[in-house]
Amino acid sequence: MLKSENKIFKNLYNDHGWDIENAIKRDDWKETKNIISKGREWIINEVKISELRGRGGAGFSTGLKWSFAPKEVGSRPHYLVINADESEPGTCKDRDILRFEPQKLIEGCLIAGYAVNAHVCYIYIRGEYSNEGKRLQDAINQAYEKKFLGKNASGSGWDFDIFIHYGAGAYICGEETALLESIEGNKGQPRLKPPFPALVGLYGCPTIVNNVETIAVVPTILRRGGKWFASLGKPKNTGTKIFCISGNVNSPCNVEEEMGIPLKELIEKHAGGVVGGWNNLQAVIPGGSSMPLIPKKVCDTITMDFDSLIENKSGLGTAGIVVINKDQDIVACMARIARFYKHESCGQCTPCREGSGWMWRILDRVVKRKATYNDINLLSDVTKQIEGHTICAFGEGSAWPVQGLLRHFRKEIESRCREEPLIKKRINNPYLVDQHLLENKNA
Amino acid sequence: MSLKKIHDEQPKEFKFSEENLTKFEEILKKYPKKNKKSAVMPLLYLAQKQNNNWIPLAAMKYIANLLSMPYISVYEIATFYTMYNLAPVGKHFVQVCTTTPCLIRGADKIVNLCKEKISENENEISKNGSCSWMEVECLGACVSAPMIQVNENYYEDLDEKSTSEILDSLINDKPLKPGSYRGRKSTAPEKNQKINGEKHA
Ligand SMILES: Cc1cc2nc3c(=O)[nH]c(=O)nc-3n(C[C@H](O)[C@H](O)[C@H](O)COP(=O)(O)O)c2cc1C
Ligand code: SF4
Ligand code: FES
Repeated sequence: MLKSENKIFKNLYNDHGWDIENAIKRDDWKETKNIISKGREWIINEVKISELRGRGGAGFSTGLKWSFAPKEVGSRPHYLVINADESEPGTCKDRDILRFEPQKLIEGCLIAGYAVNAHVCYIYIRGEYSNEGKRLQDAINQAYEKKFLGKNASGSGWDFDIFIHYGAGAYICGEETALLESIEGNKGQPRLKPPFPALVGLYGCPTIVNNVETIAVVPTILRRGGKWFASLGKPKNTGTKIFCISGNVNSPCNVEEEMGIPLKELIEKHAGGVVGGWNNLQAVIPGGSSMPLIPKKVCDTITMDFDSLIENKSGLGTAGIVVINKDQDIVACMARIARFYKHESCGQCTPCREGSGWMWRILDRVVKRKATYNDINLLSDVTKQIEGHTICAFGEGSAWPVQGLLRHFRKEIESRCREEPLIKKRINNPYLVDQHLLENKNA
Repeated sequence: MSLKKIHDEQPKEFKFSEENLTKFEEILKKYPKKNKKSAVMPLLYLAQKQNNNWIPLAAMKYIANLLSMPYISVYEIATFYTMYNLAPVGKHFVQVCTTTPCLIRGADKIVNLCKEKISENENEISKNGSCSWMEVECLGACVSAPMIQVNENYYEDLDEKSTSEILDSLINDKPLKPGSYRGRKSTAPEKNQKINGEKHA
């Protein structure tokens, strides 16, 4: 269990006050000028030594990402963009950082901005977090009053401004290029990569996009040293992480823990255990809705870090842990997630736009015991047609959870299917009829 | 993808209030001069706020003019993002999260209460005109599930009893306070635990 002296987010539950005076007492903004004076290379190198991996879902090395920003500023300015869109079902950690630890994020923005040569930072907050956004704006204003931001920020010689941009209820805007489109005043539809934002990002300029939690841990890493961070957790899966534990647990909560903590320990020690006891556990979604569920057998021993979850065909994602016990209808739970993806697809790619609806409708039929055995193969086929054939990773995010369900709960699905289609009489439909029109109740 | 229907009855004209025109100038300063189109999302919010929480077509035309962009681009954005209401909503606009983490802790019961107390169908304004409700996707407060958003505020850790009380208070136009309805202050584990000598919760 994480020692309290190694906790980064000491005010995660707002026990000590979120405002700047209290934040300073907790060592925020301590020697920021000094850190910056050590130079870009030192900062990026220290972050590399810490082996920090992005907390937004993909787990990409943060130091490496920063090093992709051009070393010199050419004709175009550089931007830093913070991803506070937090819409992945099961995830609500950035919200606590925004409202209770805003100075950690703001200081991190300044340091990261300096490291990647950006004078301007946009923080993209999901529109529903309007109270959290106001709180963050208050915190930003306090930082300006203290001259930590603005011209010659913190006496570092670097000018730095932060602006908030609100989303408006589109999950896809969490995808980094959709997010940039959204700031530019367009529909949030992802761009093809490459080029990557580090070279061609916001307004066509070099842009580094990072998650809130990723940036908020940076000042502490630089104060205590990359080696300190790397000494926590496991090799390549270092440091601490905020886990969100929701669903059928006795005490749902957010908690900062060491990477690589056993899932069982997280659930039992922090979240009060599974409702009905550990043996009543059915499955866990370990990293937000895009990550395939893992059955109880795997939950017994799995540790929570990027690599062990990948070994088990899932992923750490955002570390949004959704616990599902045996009182739940597992197919209904996953059908609801499929509905989420159907609702949130941006519609650019046909496999994603159409496939997400197919997956939802088939799962819905299974829940209602109206599916046939053939439907199971069809479902599996649809997931394969989406995977790898889309512009952004939303495609995989919607297909993988269904594949996970098929992998671990195929028997359960089969037990609800019938041999024959519900309607035996063949309706003589013309060949090219849209599936939606046939089932217009579902469309 | 979701579809949105615009309202049948549209006001002919829309203009920002003096106050909002000042805000408009402030918003423009956030973005590079040649990228003023970036202001379209914040301006749609301003229009929505000024017009009883929904955006008429006239406002889209007005914003398109202000930002020198085609009307259809503003329209596209207003229809793409779900938080822009293109038809009137209740003064107290209840959004019920029904995504899986909320669902498995009873979000369907909240939906039933909304049907019973506000209106049979989503997006239908209640008889006394004070409320409307709709189902939404994850609102990013899953460890406080089930939860609802009313206008800008989150009501968390709900059950049937508390939801009933909250909905009644909205219908009577005397909204109860937002926050947790199991008495917790934040997202800490609820039972008092001592971890490494530090008090949690
Ligand atoms: C469909 C989709 C949704 C995403 N949503 C989020 C999100 O809400 N918040 C976030 O930080 N990253 C999200 N990401 C990941 C971002 O694209 C990006 O990888 C991340 O912000 C990079 O930051 P990091 O390196 O600090 O993790 C999403 C990705 C996809 C494909
Ligand atoms: S995969 Fe889906 S969400 Fe991503 S760009 Fe294509 S249609 Fe849009
Ligand atoms: S699922 Fe309801 S807030 Fe996340």
